[in-house]
Formats: sequence, structure tokens, C-alpha cells
Amino acid sequence: MTLAELFRNPSEWLKAEGPHCQIVLSSRVRLARNLQGFPFPGWAKKSERVRALEAIRPAVESVPALATRFSESMDNVSAMDKQALVERHLISREHAAKNVGSGVVINGDETISVMINEEDHLRMQALKSGLQLQKVFQMIDAVDSALEERLDYAFSPRLGYLTACPTNVGTGMRASAMLHLPAMVLSEQIGQVIQAVGKLGLAVRGLYGEGTEALGNVFQISNQTTLGETEAEIIERLNKVVLQIIEYEQNARGTLLEKKPRLVYDQIGRAYGVLTNAHTITSKEALNLLSLLRLGVDLGMLPAALRAVVDELFINAQPAHVQKTADRKLTAEERDCLRADLIRQRLVDVPKPEMNETPAPENPRAEET
Amino acid sequence: MKCDICHQNEATIHLTQILDGKMLKVDLCDACAKAKGVQETGLGFSLSELVGGLGVADETRAESPGAVCPICGMSQADFKKTGRLGCAACWETFEAGLNSLLKAMHKGDHHVGKVPGKAAHTLVIQHQIKGLSAQLAAAVRAEKYETAAGLRDEIRQLESQLKMSVGKK
Repeated sequence: MTLAELFRNPSEWLKAEGPHCQIVLSSRVRLARNLQGFPFPGWAKKSERVRALEAIRPAVESVPALATRFSESMDNVSAMDKQALVERHLISREHAAKNVGSGVVINGDETISVMINEEDHLRMQALKSGLQLQKVFQMIDAVDSALEERLDYAFSPRLGYLTACPTNVGTGMRASAMLHLPAMVLSEQIGQVIQAVGKLGLAVRGLYGEGTEALGNVFQISNQTTLGETEAEIIERLNKVVLQIIEYEQNARGTLLEKKPRLVYDQIGRAYGVLTNAHTITSKEALNLLSLLRLGVDLGMLPAALRAVVDELFINAQPAHVQKTADRKLTAEERDCLRADLIRQRLVDVPKPEMNETPAPENPRAEET
Repeated sequence: MKCDICHQNEATIHLTQILDGKMLKVDLCDACAKAKGVQETGLGFSLSELVGGLGVADETRAESPGAVCPICGMSQADFKKTGRLGCAACWETFEAGLNSLLKAMHKGDHHVGKVPGKAAHTLVIQHQIKGLSAQLAAAVRAEKYETAAGLRDEIRQLESQLKMSVGKK
């Protein structure tokens, strides 16, 4: 299938229907593998990379789970399409910079994606909506087992799967969950969570500016170590921590509504107001406001069906996707205008948030008496 | 402030990540950020994967000075520059330095996870050959030549099995 056909339908993981989908946007497991007898991609000459790609690509295409697929060499993918693949979480930023000698194979519903000659010969991932780490592990484990029939992996009995970077050796596995934590951010508890998670050998990822606020209140939590534990143990550990964070977020939402309803109503009301009326909006502002709209859905103020719309806009509001809608390269200003138009149109039938009780103004003096 | 990767250009992009309770900071120039695929809207981006190798190579240098991989030609200096190994054999070339590093970086020092089916088969046979070879040596010492001949045939059979499994794709 072509990339246009692939992009015609929203990704499976944007359906917002997996377990705990109120808070967990998606679960992902990726495996790193290398072939025996080929230098790793970063050190290989162009001709060696091409030779490795030629050995790997047919093997990947023969995997049953990838029977319906988009498969292409990276030099045949346009810069805009590469960025769109990054925005859809199907390839890494590093892979988007690759050309001749690298490739990508993605199945029809975008749940499985294989990067060929990224940092390792093979980087394969399974991605699904909600919290289902075991399920995505089983999916990618099956792909790995099928590939191992046709390819000779670089494997050491002592060190496991050999990778280009020492941080990945052993299982070569990185499991992660993408969490939406607006109440932890609003109540300023997110810093503590990040610290606590770090102490458990897990990493919180994302680009941070000042402080620890992530774009759209989305945080990705993943295992940091790959050697000395089985895949199942790593996933179990991550799963436990994610379940605990879900509980914290739910408690924080309850507490916020109880203690600071006006703040919550104000934030969600403003997000609705801006998104349904803006005529120009940056992707950063859009993502942050969409996050609040999603919170409004979770709190029952907006229709449940809106959750999937918000998740879809989360991707479609990003720069390459906006340009793909226009089918041409746009200036930042043009993008902001088109983005605002797209969002307004998509939200045109969404009713105003229902905020039944109007809490009394918070009078600081009342507490003193 | 200079870029952490090229050490030449002025850093214009400053990234921070909390990892294992420690703060990891990286400063990059525009060119290196672009080369590494760093952009402003970044979910699912790992600083440790970006810089993990940089510090790593420093630590291993002391323990394997002047080592060069006989298979891919990567030297210690190359490894320091990229933070990435050149091929599977580099894991042996730089083993001494890597071992202490892995201990600090991971939960354990040996793999306990999935084993590829083919490797499992090979490992079992290698283990059997090792055991039979010991028996063979004992039999020869005890001058039990008939037993020794039987053992030798068994070993040869396993060795040809091993060759076949390596040879087939």
C-alpha cells in the first residue's frame, strides 16, 4: 500500500478504546536486533548498509503480521512524509534523517512498524491504544520469532542480543506507556512523580524546557535497563508503576474538582472557547488546549465520543500533518491558520462543556474567620 | 556554551531529562540537533539514547586502551566519538571496559531473557560436545579405547549437526 493509503485511516492507537484509555494514550514495545556478519548501520559503509537492507527487507515483508503493509526505502520517502511518520510515532526522529540504505515497513493499521538500519539493523515496535503492554509485547515477540527463522541475529549467550549502544544490550527491549496527566500538572505534583519513577529504574521521556511540563501534558514512561531481567519482569515492573500513576492522576482529578472546581472549569471552558473560535493557533497551544478538552471528556463535561476526536487532532494538528492536509509546504504562519481552521471544523458540532454547579467564589477571608 | 556533540558551534538547544533521579542535561547546536533528529515538539525522545554512549566511551577507554576491532576496524577513539559500537565483534574487543560499565548501567551482568531458537539449539549442542569431550578424555586416560571410539563418533555427529545449523539460512 502507498503512504497515502496508510494515512487515510487514523492509527489504531488513536481509537482511544484500550484499557485505561482515559489516562493511557498508548502502549508500545520495541525490540532492537542486529545481524551477524554485518557491521552496525552507524559504522557501516553505504554499500554494506544497502547489502544489509537487501537481506533484511524481504525477510520483514514475509512476516504474516505484515502481509498488508507500506514498505519503502527511506530515500524514496519525502521529507514531509518522514516527519508525518515521526508525528504518528511510526519512526524515530533519528530514522527520519536516514536515506539510502535504510528502510521502513509498517502494517495496515499501524500497530506494527519495523525500521531497518536505524541505529541497529532492526528496530521493530508494536503500538496499541490504552494500557496493554503484555499484548503489544506478544505481538512484537511473534514478529521477532518469525524473523529469526530467516535471519541470523547477533546474539551472545552471556550478553543476549548485541546492540550498537550498550544501553540496549540484553533483551534489546524498550517498553513504554504514553500517559496523559493533566491533573498531576495542574496540581503541580508531576515533579514528584518523575523523581519517584526515576528511582525505580524507569525513565520519563520527552523534551523539557524550564521545569518539567511536557507538551499537551503527555509523558512517556519506559524501562531504562535491558540486561539482567527477563522481558516479562521488565513489563510487569513498568505495568505496576503505570497503574499506580493512573491512581495518582485519578486522585488528583478528584481533589482538584473538589478543592478548586473554578480552576478546572475555567481551564476547560477556556480551552473549549479558544479551540472552537481561534483563527490562528500554534501547535504548542493547540496540544495544550486539546489536553484540557480531553480532561473535560474524562470528567463528563463533554461527550465521550470526543475523546477519539481529540486524540486524532493531537496528531493532525502537528506541523507535517497540517501540511499534508494542504498537500504542500506551508510557512509557520500559514500552518497556524490552517490548523485553527481544521480544529474549528472538527469541533463544530461539539456542545459547550456541561458544568452544572457554579461553585461560590473562593473568598480567602472566609477561611480566616 | 559549546555543543556537546561537535564541541565547536555555539549550543542553541538545551535539553533536560530526569533519569534514575538524576538530571541529564545536553546542549546542542542547530546542526547537531538536526543531524540527531531533535525538533521542538518531541514526545518519545530519549536523551540517554542520544548521549548514553558519549560518557560510556570515556569510561571504557581506561580499560581497553588502543584496542581496535579486528572485524570492523573500530578503534577506541572511534567508539569514544560516536558512543556506539561498530559490529557484534566489538563487544569482545572492548569487553573489559564494557563489563564494568554494564554492571553500573543495568540490573545484572548477564542476559536472562529471550534466546533465539537457533541459538538455543546451538548452545545445547555446544554444551553436549563439551560434556562428551570431557568423558572422552577420561576414557582415553583410563585406556577404555572402545568407549572412547564411541564417544568420538558421537562428538563428530554433533559437530556436523552444528555445522549444518550454522550453514543453513
